[in-house]
Amino acid sequence: MHSYSLVQDNIMNQAVVLNRPVTNPLIASSKIRLLKDRLAQYGITAGGLMVLMTLLMIFGYLLYVVEPVFRAVQITAQDSQPVNAGVRALGSDELNEVGYYYDQQGQLNFYPLIPTRPIPNKEKVSIETQYRVIELPLKSSQAISSTARLTDAESVAFGLTDGNVLISKPHFLLNYNDDTRTIVPNVAYPYGQESLVIDDQGQPLVKIAFAANDEMLTIVALTADNRVLLSRQIASENFMTEEIQWQGDVQQLTDLPAQIDQLILTPSQQLLFVRSGNQLYLYDLSQDEVGAPREVVTVNSPQANVTAVGILSGGSSVLIGNTNGVISQWFETSGDNGRKLSHVRDFSIEGAVASIVAEPYRKTFAVVSDTGELSLFHSTSEATLITKQLTGQVSTMRFSPRYNALIFNSNDQIEFYQVDNQHPEVTWSALWQEVWYEGYSEPDYVWQSTSASDDFEPKLSLVPISFGTIKAAFYAMLFAMPLAVAGAIYTAYFMPAGLRKVVKPTVETMEALPTVILGFLAGLWLAPIIETRLPFVLMLVVFLPVAIVLFSWLHYRLPPSVKFVVNEQFSTLLLIPIVLLVGWGCYELSPLLELYFMQGDARQFISNELGINFDQRNALVVGIAMGFAVIPTIFSITEDAIFSVPSHLSNGSLALGATRWQTLVGVVLLTASPGIFSAVMMGLGRAVGETMIVLMATGNTPIMDWNIFEGMRTLSANIAVEMPESEVGSTHYRVLFLAAFVLFIFTFMFNTVAELVRQNLREKYGSL
Amino acid sequence: MGNWYKSGSPWIWLTSGAVSISLIAVLGLLALIAWRGLTFFWPSQIWQFEVLNPDGNQQRVIGEIYQREMIPALQLRESGVAVAANIEEVESLLIKTGNREFVELDFRWLLTSTIISQTTPKQLAVFERNKNGNFYGYVKSVMVDGVKVTGGPQAIEQALALALQRVKSLAEQVEQLQQGDIGRINYQLEELRLQQRRYQLADDLTPSISNELRQQQDALSKEYQQLETKLFAMRGQMTRDVVMVSDMRGELVSIAMANVLDVHYPNKMTTLQKLGYWLSAIAGFVSDDPREANTEGGVFPAIFGTVFMVMLMAVIVTPFGVVAAIYLHEYAKKGPITKFVRIAVINLAGVPSVVYGVFGLGFFVYVLGGSIDSLFYPEAAPAPVFGTPGVLWSALTLAILTLPVVIVSTEEGLSRIPVSLRQGSLALGATKAETLWKIIIPMASPAIMTGLILAVARAAGEVAPLMLVGVVKMAPTLPLDGNFPFFHVDRKFMHLGFHIYDVGFQSPNVEAARPLVFATSFLLVTVIIGLNISAIGIRNYLREKYRSLEG
Repeated sequence: MHSYSLVQDNIMNQAVVLNRPVTNPLIASSKIRLLKDRLAQYGITAGGLMVLMTLLMIFGYLLYVVEPVFRAVQITAQDSQPVNAGVRALGSDELNEVGYYYDQQGQLNFYPLIPTRPIPNKEKVSIETQYRVIELPLKSSQAISSTARLTDAESVAFGLTDGNVLISKPHFLLNYNDDTRTIVPNVAYPYGQESLVIDDQGQPLVKIAFAANDEMLTIVALTADNRVLLSRQIASENFMTEEIQWQGDVQQLTDLPAQIDQLILTPSQQLLFVRSGNQLYLYDLSQDEVGAPREVVTVNSPQANVTAVGILSGGSSVLIGNTNGVISQWFETSGDNGRKLSHVRDFSIEGAVASIVAEPYRKTFAVVSDTGELSLFHSTSEATLITKQLTGQVSTMRFSPRYNALIFNSNDQIEFYQVDNQHPEVTWSALWQEVWYEGYSEPDYVWQSTSASDDFEPKLSLVPISFGTIKAAFYAMLFAMPLAVAGAIYTAYFMPAGLRKVVKPTVETMEALPTVILGFLAGLWLAPIIETRLPFVLMLVVFLPVAIVLFSWLHYRLPPSVKFVVNEQFSTLLLIPIVLLVGWGCYELSPLLELYFMQGDARQFISNELGINFDQRNALVVGIAMGFAVIPTIFSITEDAIFSVPSHLSNGSLALGATRWQTLVGVVLLTASPGIFSAVMMGLGRAVGETMIVLMATGNTPIMDWNIFEGMRTLSANIAVEMPESEVGSTHYRVLFLAAFVLFIFTFMFNTVAELVRQNLREKYGSL
Repeated sequence: MGNWYKSGSPWIWLTSGAVSISLIAVLGLLALIAWRGLTFFWPSQIWQFEVLNPDGNQQRVIGEIYQREMIPALQLRESGVAVAANIEEVESLLIKTGNREFVELDFRWLLTSTIISQTTPKQLAVFERNKNGNFYGYVKSVMVDGVKVTGGPQAIEQALALALQRVKSLAEQVEQLQQGDIGRINYQLEELRLQQRRYQLADDLTPSISNELRQQQDALSKEYQQLETKLFAMRGQMTRDVVMVSDMRGELVSIAMANVLDVHYPNKMTTLQKLGYWLSAIAGFVSDDPREANTEGGVFPAIFGTVFMVMLMAVIVTPFGVVAAIYLHEYAKKGPITKFVRIAVINLAGVPSVVYGVFGLGFFVYVLGGSIDSLFYPEAAPAPVFGTPGVLWSALTLAILTLPVVIVSTEEGLSRIPVSLRQGSLALGATKAETLWKIIIPMASPAIMTGLILAVARAAGEVAPLMLVGVVKMAPTLPLDGNFPFFHVDRKFMHLGFHIYDVGFQSPNVEAARPLVFATSFLLVTVIIGLNISAIGIRNYLREKYRSLEG
């Protein structure tokens, strides 16, 4: 865009001429022609303003996509269903159309919910049997004595008075007949209709916990006579009938505290937490024989007692609720002494904590206090999403399977509240500050947006990738600036006109080269060469300037007759064979240097002796490649700026006795410095936005290290790689748009500053 | 010495050195791409090596020498290879052995120290196949319709050439049948299905319409059956001939002529014949379709896709850019709005291309495309028609991206037109619009063309935004075909720049793909540099022309 400045210079003078109104009576008679003229004026003006509109539209659309991320969470009451007595467990189906609850006798009741979402066009929905009651297959000797639920699935386990456990699951069948979608609510028994025998002594189970996946089922139960039993069942598939059978054993756990308040199993079925008073006992279930607790931790908040314990989706974090309303999050971190449970962060609520319920698949959780206050928190971003005062006490609470609703039992009603909480993971601080993620030993800046598992904690910090952008731009400017500015100085000030006519377009051809080709050469050709001939690069940096200066001294010493022919004015052309010779020499000598100083392998030397990590595709390669791409931008603007310095200034300086170089440094460069500054800004803007070279020439690893021999991931490459694979409308998608927005603002600032500086420069020259 | 230093000479020479380095970098890069790209097509010699394995066995290796490398003896000794004490470096050769289905690696490294002998037998043949890459070996016999051809090597060679020609013409016919005729029928069947669904959604599906549609479907299905029978018959004919080749393991392999695309004997070719082969290989490169996940074959769909998209972009950007430039030059008054518009143009030029891609994806594809789909194509639901990346959205995105180029060029052209011409026209009674239309724009049209050429050159090279709005690794159909409405701007397309990225970095076999990437790069660079040079030439010509006018 260098020529734009020249264009503006020319047209500023002429633009004024054409804006005279037309008053010639010769043409006033033709109304049509005047109309056409007027239409043309409006049309062209509209077209011109469209350019401004386009820029604003880009800005506006990016903001529009990003905005929902920072929106506040909303909870609205939707539905209310009266119930007679207490409720043991409740929930809803995925589409929030049918709600269910298990009453005190163990009957499963279904009821219709007012739809929370608009039905798509032309689709008719009906719920077969609006209300339905299903009896659980309990024998007359059995009654329910305890309840347990999973976070990520709808299964319910009941501990029975005869020492058995019955696991059932509300099940919703969808039928499509004649464009009508029918929902049939039913119940399923994933582990058989016969209840599982846990206690063969037949004692009632007063507390149970269970965890299950497709292959294994674990149940821990506390009997009325204070024994704790652990049952593990493995699934086996019958080859003939393809039926799944569960077989397992029951063992009694011995090393337990006397008073047991709560039993919690992690979904991985590897850890058992037992809460006794203010202490949490951890048991490792991965061994066949479960022995002493691995760890005993005192988890209460200072000057308070523990009232409730919950577990986050994924099973890595434990949430401890206290009488003073503080909820603390703990998870395992690895330290010098192995893994231990560490206190990570606190949340708080008014009143004592009554119950903690986690969302399925996300790290959000809801807390209700004994004063009826409900708060939603998100653990990773440490955000208090919303607080609401409810009327009455809440006894049972659960999120709907798609975490867009909360269902709870309070005052003999089952309340259904719609929750609009789409992007809890992102807050301004979570994007730009260090966050302590699950399993890490300390807070850190991490970008790791997706993984294969469902309950993954997305790590969306923009800091590592912004750092990558700055690192790439820094190394690119490091290589480009000296070459481009020095080259432009020579071309504009010292080079003879004929040579300049050839050199200038040649260097500007560099700008036309597609960056995908530069990236491909950098990644597939340059990177292996640099890896095998590392000293070559170092030697070039040292020997080239030395050789040039040496050659210049030799040229000075030549007799005048030779100097007349082999003129200093053609120094550029003379130096080409010198540079090629030095380059070839360094290339050939590089293995020798490696052999004598670096024990035969420069790469090993750097990794082992100097302790610096080395990747084949690193910042050095990117710096050279991106420098190559940025040189023409800086070169042309700088060359224009220096060329436009009025010649009488340098003539005056030379007349006063200064040498050419002194004139250049003392007069010309200073006068042209705003132009040079603007050129550097433009180059920096280009380097920041470059995508293809970075994509192909770095390892795309989001690390934060200034090491020149390691790769990086930049904002632009990150967008190009992750955008096609992110779900439209998800948090990840919007954060990628935010990254694009950051890039946009960044380059906008650079370009505007450069343009304003250049306009000032123009005015200054006008006066000269 | 002091004088020399004081005159500032060393510094001047250093700045001159900077220019030299830049020049070497540019020219060296172009030379590298040209050399590696063009030599890819030159038929290289096929060598036969007798190699001594470390375990004492002798092995024959047949293939092309792809690359040479010098490995330090120290490194070899460390990895357990016995090297004589006085040798410092050993040359290692990368041999392309092909024959992918018979050997584990179709590229292997050979140390020259293990080579007992190397020859270039004249009878070695290279088979270019449409599956499994090249095959190197000796032609032993040709079976025409199950009958072995008798006679000496000359007769076998002739029979092979005849069989190849036959298979080539059959393949052409099969292609025409499959892509042209059967493709047309499939397209029409799909159209009928959409029509039926459209009636269904509007609750207009009467039994008569339903019957009519079913009749049309049946007619098409019948035609399809006939064509399918014909296709299978032709395919059957192609499998008639087989060539027996002996490979480097010494085993006899039968290759169906249906899989063979070309046979040549590089060790026997004269320089003139090699030149002819080289030219035909280049022609094939730009006109053939790609094979083997883009690692072999030509780049015709990529060229076509790039050209189609760029032309569509040109149609969009030219009016937009020219109008904006005319506004800025002729109509804009000095004021804050004009300043903002100029800043907007500068910023549009400086915005990173990937931000355009993101905007294009979000706004054009999902918002605009989604609305078009729900308004005009409800029958295609849930498959998106315009609500998915495609040529139209790519062209629009690149139009915004290259807009500043056109604006700057056009403005430059407008400013070079002498004021006297404008004033003369206005003095003779023309309105401003008439002056613009009849005088200014025609005179500025070369500048507009320059701008367009520069925009096209830029669009041909941009890859990052296209990765998000419409380019794919392999497009089964071109955006332009024989089925009404002929221009299918909702289809995805292939692009030369993306082809380079994809083949170079997302190929299953990078060694095989690398020379192809150089060839594609050379093609792209040639096109872009050619466009730029022509634009500069036009611009210089204009400068000279109007300098004389200005007087």
